[in-house]
Amino acid sequence: MIHISKRKEMPLSQSMAIRGLSIVLALVICGVITTILTGLNPIDVYATFFSGAFGSARKIWILLQEIAILLCVSLALTPAFKMKFWNLGGEGQVLMGALATAACMILLGDKIPNGLLIACMVVSSIVAGAVWGLIPALFKAKWNTNETLFTLMMNYVATQLVAYFIIVWEVPKGSGKIGIINQSTEAGWLPQIGDYKYLLNIILVAIITVLMYIYLKYTKHGYEISVVGESTNTARYVGINVPKVIIRTMLLSGAICGFAGLLLVGGTDHTLTTTIANGRGFTGVMVAWLAKFNPFSMIASSFLLVFMERGASEISTIYALNQSFADILTGIILFFIIGSEFFITYKVNFTKKSEEVEKADV
Amino acid sequence: MAEKQPAVRMRHISKSFGQVKANHDVDLDIYGGEILALLGENGSGKTTLMNMLSGIYFPDAGSIEIQGKPVTIASPKDAFEHGIGMVHQHFRLVNVFSATENIVLGLDESEGFDLKAAAEKIHAICEAYGFDVDLNQKVYEMSVSQKQTVEIVKLIYRGADILILDEPTAVLTPQETEKLFAVLRNMRNDGKAIVIITHKLHEVQEISDRVVVLRKGENVGEMITAESTTQQMTNMMVGHQVTLNIERPTPVDPVERIRVKGLTVRDDEGVLKLDDVSFSAFGGEVLGIAGVSNSGQKELLEAIAGLQGVESGSIQYVGDDGQVQELTGKDPYQISSMGVALSFVPEDRLGMGLVGSMSITDNMLLRSFRDGKSIFADRKAPRELAEKVVGDLEVDTPGVDTPVRRLSGGNVQKVLVGREISSSPSVLLCAYAVRGLDVNSSYLIYDLINKQKQSGVAVVYVGEDLDVLLELCDKILVLCSGKVSGIVDARSTTKNKVGLMMTRLKGGEAA
Repeated sequence: MIHISKRKEMPLSQSMAIRGLSIVLALVICGVITTILTGLNPIDVYATFFSGAFGSARKIWILLQEIAILLCVSLALTPAFKMKFWNLGGEGQVLMGALATAACMILLGDKIPNGLLIACMVVSSIVAGAVWGLIPALFKAKWNTNETLFTLMMNYVATQLVAYFIIVWEVPKGSGKIGIINQSTEAGWLPQIGDYKYLLNIILVAIITVLMYIYLKYTKHGYEISVVGESTNTARYVGINVPKVIIRTMLLSGAICGFAGLLLVGGTDHTLTTTIANGRGFTGVMVAWLAKFNPFSMIASSFLLVFMERGASEISTIYALNQSFADILTGIILFFIIGSEFFITYKVNFTKKSEEVEKADV
Repeated sequence: MAEKQPAVRMRHISKSFGQVKANHDVDLDIYGGEILALLGENGSGKTTLMNMLSGIYFPDAGSIEIQGKPVTIASPKDAFEHGIGMVHQHFRLVNVFSATENIVLGLDESEGFDLKAAAEKIHAICEAYGFDVDLNQKVYEMSVSQKQTVEIVKLIYRGADILILDEPTAVLTPQETEKLFAVLRNMRNDGKAIVIITHKLHEVQEISDRVVVLRKGENVGEMITAESTTQQMTNMMVGHQVTLNIERPTPVDPVERIRVKGLTVRDDEGVLKLDDVSFSAFGGEVLGIAGVSNSGQKELLEAIAGLQGVESGSIQYVGDDGQVQELTGKDPYQISSMGVALSFVPEDRLGMGLVGSMSITDNMLLRSFRDGKSIFADRKAPRELAEKVVGDLEVDTPGVDTPVRRLSGGNVQKVLVGREISSSPSVLLCAYAVRGLDVNSSYLIYDLINKQKQSGVAVVYVGEDLDVLLELCDKILVLCSGKVSGIVDARSTTKNKVGLMMTRLKGGEAA
């Protein structure tokens, strides 16, 4: 018989060891599968994997930038998830922030000074994301609608809106694309620090990380979020206005998603596509969850996910394998990482056949 | 009856949850053709023992024999295979399915599935035992008693001949109870073994053939119902020489604090929970609320605390200067903002009064996190309070950073009560403050309540143990189905009188 029971608490060193072991195991399995399916030498494959993420200064910058954006979206989702408001609308909220940013850049690009333009972009992207988060929160607070479905649907609305405006603003006409916005004037492009294109994004997200940590852990708002998340009954019992907390928290969640949209359009891509969020609204859920909603641990979990994605896609490029092969490897690694959480939370005992139990009892 | 082979023989059964011994070395025999009452107070381990028989829990030690054969019951499925079925307090039915569909749900029938034949078979069972149920009705349209009937029919349909019912009458009206008992007698006469878990003595007298009494997880004796009196059963249930001896200081200058007039409350489903309730609670007095479970006690306290919507009537707070403030329709935050120091120890400690996953310190913070203008919550004062409560009330915990969920029931309650009285309230509402607590913790809670009373607090104490109510309270308000059946002086009344008022049998004051 297999008997599964909940563990009391595991020392950090032990749980880290289990996590480390699961990653090693995952890499071994990935190696075996790569060899079986492609006949390649697994050591070479791993080397390529690492070089995909760390191979050159440029690759490291891209890695850091990707981590920053993913972390930003994950941080945005964290307060909502801590409140047990399942915000699966990060994708849409990022898109709306991106759309608002692009709108400012295109419509106001040459009409107002650059500093003012950037201020407009910041404000409008935050407002757009916040509104996209507010709508499902209002419905949840007033009529207790299901936020999971609602936020999910809002993603599609956002995607269609972006698709529409891409046609409106397409350059050149008929191409179905916007192209680089303000390429000649660089109006509305977020400033570059020294020669480092991505440094500003990274610094901004680092600041948000610290602020979010403080907000959740030390402020009255953060405390209210925890109480509402653990038990709405207790929240009511101490007179916390639950609808108000839901709405306030989703405004914040949406606003930071919108800000991530700003960083994408104004900071790195300088264009708008329907896939600019690139699934981060969902990947962010995993980042936040793996880190148990601790903003600092989320740096590690977002690093892990980005690193794997970069490494796996490098493999498929270098060895001319299908992109799906990278997905298979990422899938295997994720499976092991998430699986390790099970063994950290639960204890599995293998008891011998039931006779022995009885014998012991008599 | 001793020569007869028991249908179930349980020997030396023990089960612990953490440090709590729910059952310790229990022996129990259950016979076919007999109704056995398993009697005991709340927390005496009745349900746990039966859950081990029905495969919900697995015993830590001990053996079980069914019809003389040793068996291992590791899951409800194993229990079914041995003909054991249990009706739980919370029904396990699919709301959108009909009675028939629920009854056949989950059965493996290898050669196709014939709902019609099944319906006929179910119909025959209902005829045989006198069940009154519409098989095509959907569960969500059914009354509680009909749902219970479906549960029982389900067990019989699946071939159960050992039936366990966990407090089956707690949710039934007297008429429905009569019907249930008639059916149970039919089943007994058919040779089935029936166990009912209960703490109601008159039901034991009415329905059972034999009584087994559990106290603190142990089998403390059994008797033949026909040869015993309820007094003997009570003595066995509570232990010998029940002298509670709770100290009861005489109230000094009671002043009116809470005035409730014509309070009427309906729950979310529109069921009338409180009907025209009026009373006053005085500072310096303990007002007990008695009543059978679910008579409106919870709604009454929650209405005063601002957690329950009120249909009509009013709740007023009388201040020291005689100024009257209206509490009706205010939420707990508004009430405390008005300067009314109202503390509430709710029945659901970890689901309402505390947050289980948070530390003792953070739970202290629940009442004080709004203090100060800063955007940051001050954890220093709560930490000091947590340390004080842990020290003063002797809370057994590794430290104030331990999540309260990991404390034992008594310690959880100490944390909750400690926090609630720390704000020097003028009104203290307690619901089942000693439920599930050991004797020492219970007395500590009684002491705390008395101290509050002596310092002039109006205490409203909802309890289920009449002996305690009679010894602790100054007045007792008796509720019966949401109505006040009377307010009596706890010093001069008797247990019998209050008991009758609770059920309005011949209470005299029944309206």
